[in-house]
Amino acid sequence: MKHKSLVSINDYSKEEQLRVLEIAREFEKNPVQNILQDHVVASLFFEPSTRTRLSFESAVSRLGGKIVGFSEATNTSQKKGESLRDTILTIASYSDLIVMRNPIEGSARFASEISPVPIINAGDGANQHPTQTLLDLYSIQKTQGTLDNLHVAFVGDLKYGRTVHSLVIALCNYNTTFHLVSPVELKLPSAVKMHIKERNLTYHQYTEMEEVIPQTDILYMTRIQRERFSDPLEYERIKNAYILHNEMIQETKDGFRVLHPLPRVNEIDIKVDQSPKAYYFEQALNGVYVRQALLSLILGIR
Amino acid sequence: MSEKIKELKVSAIENGTVIDHIPSNAVFQVIRILKLESFENMVLFATNLESKKYGTKGIIKVSGKYFRPEELNKISLVAPHASIIEIKDFQVAKKMVVEVPEKITGIVKCFNPNCVTNHEQLVTRFDVVEKEDLRLKCRYCEKITRKSNMEFK
Repeated sequence: MKHKSLVSINDYSKEEQLRVLEIAREFEKNPVQNILQDHVVASLFFEPSTRTRLSFESAVSRLGGKIVGFSEATNTSQKKGESLRDTILTIASYSDLIVMRNPIEGSARFASEISPVPIINAGDGANQHPTQTLLDLYSIQKTQGTLDNLHVAFVGDLKYGRTVHSLVIALCNYNTTFHLVSPVELKLPSAVKMHIKERNLTYHQYTEMEEVIPQTDILYMTRIQRERFSDPLEYERIKNAYILHNEMIQETKDGFRVLHPLPRVNEIDIKVDQSPKAYYFEQALNGVYVRQALLSLILGIR
Repeated sequence: MSEKIKELKVSAIENGTVIDHIPSNAVFQVIRILKLESFENMVLFATNLESKKYGTKGIIKVSGKYFRPEELNKISLVAPHASIIEIKDFQVAKKMVVEVPEKITGIVKCFNPNCVTNHEQLVTRFDVVEKEDLRLKCRYCEKITRKSNMEFK
């Protein structure tokens, strides 16, 4: 994986993805190591992001590396009309690896084609966010002891949620049974379902989540975003139809866990946070180990 | 009206390529795709000709030029039923049909306004995921451009 950019989750084979998870487990045991002290990582966030940026920067810092970059595009030469091509070529000469988030879709693929240093895509618009997928896989593997033959339910906005699309595609490697819960307006796109069908895996679609919970190992909740709706009343109605409460997760399988890519609005009642079945904050922490693993593999240290 | 008489609406060429059965509205796109605008030999074309098979059609005759199949296959996007006839000494030397290629570079615009190809200076690249009911997957934003929202550069 040395020098191999990560733009889409499918850029890495199943074996490579599992290798990242294996190395992440080592970093979880020993997260502070001085192995990146000779490296500079550029962190280019053309749009604001809290979790992803801080988790990358935390990963670099705990490994002793240096970070250069920016957290929003307002103070950059992009505002002066510089092309992404020029920005990438310039910053590549200042750094050993570039982590980039950019609202323009496909920008990470383009950057990986022109950059002499590897690119990690930290989100390109509604397209891809592969490090989120890897940390989701890590969290599932850690809580279930395996990735194989699980029942995974996805709840909420399955149409626009890029984390859902990438995770569904990644889980197609592991004989997953999918339970897809969403309002009719926000069903999983057929282009994503195509991946499930190609592997002859089973999926079920629902509009209500109650009946799904007892069957599943993982309940992956997502936020329904206001900007997807032209009618605010419609948004209120749909948003409030998919809220997880403690009473709903009383009767579950033993290893059942609730995941959420965060940020949450109101789709998980805060009382659920106290439940041992809630796993979303640990999930966010796992992001640091997974990113440490990725950085060290791509930089050729592991 | 027989096929022969129609052909004569556009003068015959001695040597070169005839591209027949182009949809009437695609003649100028074919000219652009094959870069005939900057071609220096004689190029004859006609459009809105009567066609038994398709109602109307266009035709292009390019003098002194034989195309590589990969050049010709690019026009399949706008003229999927085009016939290619190579002429030598006023005689038909070879007849071919066009095929939709596996990959498309340039020509087509990605329909996604938020795609990097519509923001930076770079050539579009697509994988053809469906040839019949044309569907092109952008190498960059990974969105599918369909026939109904296809625009040409």
